[in-house]
Amino acid sequence: MAAADAVAAGQSSGAAVRIEGLTKQFGRSKAVDDVSLDIDPGSFFTLLGPSGSGKTTTLMMVAGFVHPTAGEIFVGGRPVAGLPPQERQLGMVFQNYAVFPHLTVFQNIAFPLEVRRTPGADIRRRVGEMLELVRLSGYEQRLPRQLSGGEQQRVALARALVFRPRVLLMDEPLAALDKNLRTHMQGELKQIQQRLHVTVVYVTHDQEEALTMSDRLAVMNQGRVVQVGTPGELYEAPASLFAARFLGESSFIAGTVVDAGDGSAARMRTGAGVELSGRAASPLRVGQAVLAGIRPEKFLVDGAPAAGMNHSPGRVTGAVYAGDTTRYTVDIGAGEAVTVKLQNQMRARTRAAGDAMALSWHPAETVLFPAEAAAHGG
Amino acid sequence: MAADGAGAAAPIVGTTPDQIAEARDRRRHLLLLAPPAILLVFIFVYPVLGLLGQSVYKDGITLRFYQRLFAEPVYLDVLWLTFRTAATVTLLCLVLGYPLAYVLVGLPARLQRLLLIVVVLPFFVSLIVRTYAWMVLLGRLGLVNELLRKLSLIAEPLPLLYSTTGALIGMTYALLPFMVLTAFSVMKGIDGGLVRAAHSLGAGRWQAFRKIFLPLSMPGIAGGMILVFIMSLGFFITPRLMGGPSDLMIAMLIEHEVELTLNWPFASALAAVLLLVTLVGFFAYSRLVRLERMFEGTR
Repeated sequence: MAAADAVAAGQSSGAAVRIEGLTKQFGRSKAVDDVSLDIDPGSFFTLLGPSGSGKTTTLMMVAGFVHPTAGEIFVGGRPVAGLPPQERQLGMVFQNYAVFPHLTVFQNIAFPLEVRRTPGADIRRRVGEMLELVRLSGYEQRLPRQLSGGEQQRVALARALVFRPRVLLMDEPLAALDKNLRTHMQGELKQIQQRLHVTVVYVTHDQEEALTMSDRLAVMNQGRVVQVGTPGELYEAPASLFAARFLGESSFIAGTVVDAGDGSAARMRTGAGVELSGRAASPLRVGQAVLAGIRPEKFLVDGAPAAGMNHSPGRVTGAVYAGDTTRYTVDIGAGEAVTVKLQNQMRARTRAAGDAMALSWHPAETVLFPAEAAAHGG
Repeated sequence: MAADGAGAAAPIVGTTPDQIAEARDRRRHLLLLAPPAILLVFIFVYPVLGLLGQSVYKDGITLRFYQRLFAEPVYLDVLWLTFRTAATVTLLCLVLGYPLAYVLVGLPARLQRLLLIVVVLPFFVSLIVRTYAWMVLLGRLGLVNELLRKLSLIAEPLPLLYSTTGALIGMTYALLPFMVLTAFSVMKGIDGGLVRAAHSLGAGRWQAFRKIFLPLSMPGIAGGMILVFIMSLGFFITPRLMGGPSDLMIAMLIEHEVELTLNWPFASALAAVLLLVTLVGFFAYSRLVRLERMFEGTR
């Protein structure tokens, strides 16, 4: 796309964002509690968390709409916490798009340039480039009420990018779109971000969106950052029960530690008397109550017993067919059940409730969490 | 929507069960409209038609009352003065009312409710009583003049009462709530996120106001102005009590014809002209500001 390359050429690359000890207190409760983050220039960074976790408040403080109680925000090395929003030079896409209803598509996108007193010819050229980038050429004279939700979203995106901000903030921008359009827009957003090398700080409660789009993400809960890492790190090695539960799906098997290991590799015994190996999410001691978390797709079924693998006998108690996969609920004894997700390949034998199912899985895909954390962390 | 089979078999409009049901629904809605419609016919349409009839009928159909109205300059002068006064009052209400509504919208909910009650409170007191209160304040020996004199700001009392100034103060005061409430209700509907978006895109406070908030509040401005202007045209009590001898509004003239000279046909002709001019003004203005947007809201 020629226009996009032209835009990319004019775009300065993304700026690094550093957040230090950011805190926001509303009355007695801390909406954001001592959050520190390092966001690489040109990367796609996501704040992921349930509602009320402080992710939006954090973003609003970066944008300048909420004043932090404590902490500092650096954009490209420059402290901005004391600046009003209009002086921070950050692009922002709002959840409800916030497209100006009385202005045409062209006027909406030209708005940031007009307030910067850009000459008219430049405005026309850059708005044209942006319209091509978001594939809305020919829509210049339409009013927002004549556009679909997805089209309004693109206008909001073009408007936030047209003045070449080095950082783009997005607050659940796709939440209002239907699933197909959302998946499509995710792809487009990511493409545009990579083409323009703009730093994106993205807020969402949708874990799938966070996993597929982010270079790195921070999981937030109750105002605090629970874990920061790449999607792979967070999915494969959740550092806490909350992260494991919130991001993706896990089955948890209760047990007690029989060998604390060297700090990472540990062994536990389940209630059914099966010994399992796994990685400790945090240092453990012998005799401690733990939960072993395993993702549903990590289980192998009916394979020959291999050395070094975890094994457990089981019995199917339920099966849900989902097209590409079938999800089984498998009783592994002592009142424990795990969820097993199997691909529906030709050779895969379908099982019914009551069938035996021998499970095996890798210790590296087993994470042991201290069980007492469940009380306040989960 | 016609059901598939029925639609194909019976293409004549209004014969499918669904369409019949729809028509019945429509009739029910019309039934709901009947009571207010009947009321309006009796208390509004009938008297207005009677008035129009009276203005052209005296011992046979005649246009002489209208001829007199346009022949004697004094009547056109009064009409012009009425318009000028109404326009001035409208502008004063806009200048005072818009900022007030703007401040109100930005206040926290509790304070906002309290101040809205303050804005509406005068409606609970008769306009005559409130007008007399103003007369006490504005008279030659009234509070305002006394205060200004004590402060040595003026030597002679200002002609605040029984003058054009008096009429304007009184009318602006009486009509200001209509401006404030109309503007407020429209401003309240403006998504605050739009102003925030403007800031995030680099607009300062003034730019965000001028380019986003002000245009979106235009329906409120237009609505309030139309309301105040039309009400000012027919204002009677306040200019009568607070205005000077030269501040003759057309409503006062009509009253004079009815009460003193008992010239009902001529009073009717005056009222008809006022009605016509008001309607013309209303339509011209609604064209100008596209009134439908006001009812459509800001979305």
